[in-house]
Amino acid sequence: MLVALTIATSVAALALAAWCGFAAYRDQPTKDWHFIGMGVVTLLALVQLIVGIVQLARGEDPAQGTTIFVAYLIGSFACVPGAGFMSLAERTRWGSLTVAAGGVVLAVLEVRLYDIWGG
Amino acid sequence: MTVTDEGPRTRQKLISGPGILLVWLYGVMVVGAVSRSAVQISTDFHKAPLAYTLSAIAGVVYGFITYSLVRGGERARRAALVCCAAELAGVLAVGTWTLAEPSAFPDATVWSDFGMGYLFIPVLLPVTAVFWLRRPRSQHGASA
Repeated sequence: MLVALTIATSVAALALAAWCGFAAYRDQPTKDWHFIGMGVVTLLALVQLIVGIVQLARGEDPAQGTTIFVAYLIGSFACVPGAGFMSLAERTRWGSLTVAAGGVVLAVLEVRLYDIWGG
Repeated sequence: MTVTDEGPRTRQKLISGPGILLVWLYGVMVVGAVSRSAVQISTDFHKAPLAYTLSAIAGVVYGFITYSLVRGGERARRAALVCCAAELAGVLAVGTWTLAEPSAFPDATVWSDFGMGYLFIPVLLPVTAVFWLRRPRSQHGASA
């Protein structure tokens, strides 16, 4: 795994969490800009998914098992879009807070991904 | 607070406002607990059967609560409330058990050490959910 990419994704996820958390604090729903932010974070997670699969295909092995590694890659890719769709259904501050929670969850998944790959 | 659009269904919504955050966190826990126990049970069940079975049960309970919240309605609210109480009891029991007798758990469950491996979400979530589901909603959705 590319450590730089993992760190970049985590930082982006936390930034998204802070941004949407701030929107929730100001009693605002998620707006277009937030969705662009979610798109950026999701793109990073997608790149990571692709890089992870390529590295598996090249015969490298994650320390804690391939199945768990792939499951976490898919989970981290689906995390923010899932929260984003829920914020579309809930156009209040609570939708923003849900996306913020999604960002935090993604950051945690990134830490776990790093552990799973490196041992 | 704007009135949410009422479809043909008049079932009271349980996922408006803070409820949406609860559903999200429960959804995350469903994925976490179910996928974790599925991997562990299918690969090395013999290593820690008790722990893995408990994780699977936790996953099922989370799944049911998530479904009830999304479905909405008075019966779902009560069912979810009962499950949240059971969940809280489970977290507290298993959390105490893992601390009192670690030898029974060669590997961790979702509820080990009161859910420390999951940022204590397993113990915080049922408390929040019970608080959220405590009272019946007014039928017309006036209270939000």
